[in-house]
Amino acid sequence: MYRMNATALAVLRRLAKLVLVLFLVSVAAFLLLELIPGDPLDTLLPEGATAETRAQLEELYGLNDPMVARYLHWLGGALQGDLGRSFQTQLPVTQAILERVPVTVELAALSTLLALVVAVPFGVYAGYRPGGVLDRVVTFLVSLTLSVPNFLMGILLIFVCAVTLGLFPVSGWVPWEEGAGEHLRSVALPVLTLASAEIVVFVRLLRNDMVATLQQDFALAARARGLPTAWVLFGHALRPSSFSLVTVLGVSLARLIGGTVIVENLFALPGVGTLVINAISSRDYLMVQGIVLLVATVYVVLNTAVDLSYPLLDPRVRKS
Amino acid sequence: MSTLFANGTRTSPSLLDIRDLRVWFDTPRGLVRAVDGVDLSVRPGRTLGVVGESGSGKSVLARAVMNILAPNALTFPDSRISVDGQDLRTISKDQARHLWGSQVSMVFQDPMTSLTPVLTIGRQLTEVLRHHLGMDRAAARRRAEDLLRQVGIPEPAKRLRQYPHNLSGGMRQRVTIALAVSCDPRLLIADEPTTALDVTVQQQILELLDQLRAENGMGMILITHDLGVVAGHADEIAVMYGGRIVERAPTRVLFGAMRHPYTRALVRSIPRIAEPSHTRLHAIPGRPPVIIDPPPGCRFAPRCPNARPRCLSEDPALRRTGDDDTHSHACFFPVGTPEGEAAFAANLRDGRTAAGLTVTEGSRL
Repeated sequence: MYRMNATALAVLRRLAKLVLVLFLVSVAAFLLLELIPGDPLDTLLPEGATAETRAQLEELYGLNDPMVARYLHWLGGALQGDLGRSFQTQLPVTQAILERVPVTVELAALSTLLALVVAVPFGVYAGYRPGGVLDRVVTFLVSLTLSVPNFLMGILLIFVCAVTLGLFPVSGWVPWEEGAGEHLRSVALPVLTLASAEIVVFVRLLRNDMVATLQQDFALAARARGLPTAWVLFGHALRPSSFSLVTVLGVSLARLIGGTVIVENLFALPGVGTLVINAISSRDYLMVQGIVLLVATVYVVLNTAVDLSYPLLDPRVRKS
Repeated sequence: MSTLFANGTRTSPSLLDIRDLRVWFDTPRGLVRAVDGVDLSVRPGRTLGVVGESGSGKSVLARAVMNILAPNALTFPDSRISVDGQDLRTISKDQARHLWGSQVSMVFQDPMTSLTPVLTIGRQLTEVLRHHLGMDRAAARRRAEDLLRQVGIPEPAKRLRQYPHNLSGGMRQRVTIALAVSCDPRLLIADEPTTALDVTVQQQILELLDQLRAENGMGMILITHDLGVVAGHADEIAVMYGGRIVERAPTRVLFGAMRHPYTRALVRSIPRIAEPSHTRLHAIPGRPPVIIDPPPGCRFAPRCPNARPRCLSEDPALRRTGDDDTHSHACFFPVGTPEGEAAFAANLRDGRTAAGLTVTEGSRL
């Protein structure tokens, strides 16, 4: 008898869905640029190029083939990790993206981590005493930070921490190889800038869910058992309160990996964000397609990971 | 039983002593007087039944004793709750740490919601044992198994690894009882412990509570809206209405002679099997009050068939009845007394009470 436990089956089903979504994403990424008016060769060809040269290039890039054939060709390449060559630099798109991804992933991961480390205790305690001093201070800071756009926050941080106090470099990227300390100093301000926006969202979500959870009988019962407040908050109430947080965490991490365009530009960091800006402004279609595919994939994969994490948060989900 | 408080036993040390407890809630609609001047005491090994409709303040009373009131609750500075003679306002932090959940514990109404859904039964039991009794992991595990066995849960070792949602309602209530008695409390508060359960399970749970009380010699407060529940399980009964105790007596005395119209009305509202089917239920007219800026007078007056003008101008205090030292009530025109009869007769003649409630022969208590 062939048997499989329910969890494994659920995971498999989810993965099948994932593949389907990724396929649709690839179609969308491909069509997106097909439908945009304008000929990519216009930017590629030097001015006054002959029709002959144009025809040669069209042949080279397969631009004369039917759309479906071109899609299949592109998809076939993509599946093998070949996203074509950049119109602009003639280098493989995959290589260009892979060079940039570690920078962006590091920024995204560090800022999300920092945001969690700050947001969880503050969210939990603000929710523990709604209307209390901490809650009011947090709420004030949250609305203050929410109303400051990301680039302004970055500029403020540069002004205060880099220009005035001289703690961190104003901009630029120092790779790991050139020293861990220098590297971390170079990422500190961009990470702070990104994290500040995440923190406020996380704190708000967690605080509101904590308030609701702590009104439930089980939280009251745990308090009635005389357990220390920290046990009740972190042991009993945090996990049932973290569904919204985890959901948003997945989306925001994916968004950050998709390119933190403004912040990367502001701090002159060689990440995916600066790459995509360049690609768009130079009509480097294959590059844009490749990045869109990457970003969409990250979104879909992280969302699946979030869905699969719910049973870890709440054992009641495991049953269904 | 009927001599519970007679001959100076009143001065014997009580386990729980509540004096003039007032808990008001600061709400957008005003100050709600949830508990408004309650005195009561519980002695070791005894069960006090606290009876009243929802909104009568009985759960707030329990939460005040458990120190788990909502943040918008205001407890009056003169209110005194003492356990074993120790005033809870003045105990040290160290004493407080192992008082609630250990010396004084509580069973909640709904076992479906009062266990943490994300933690195993074992984790919830052992954390209490480890915190209050300082047991190590292994010892706490063994004790947790014993406790589950003690409250009648089969296969305790297996249950410890399960989550609350794996258990039935009755089983879950047994778990919450195991949690409540895990540190051998001196006082157990059971707030409607059977209301959310199947009728067949209710009796088992009440018997389990009785048995544990007898074994451990703990005092118990059994809070319920059902006089039938306390009739069989409480030594003494306090009836609450509008945040106050309106009648208090040992169980037998109370059922022998109910004096307060509200107590009578509560009993009368219990449907009787002996009556023919589709007999109209004797509902109490009106609804339980939310007490905000109350006018003078008795709080039950708007719903009471015996209400006279005096009931609207003067606040009846809880005082002993003439015939029994252990029995007190707060009513000017008690049921089954000449005053009460006269008041009802006068109201029947007028067709309405002083508060305007229509009175017919059927409203007689």
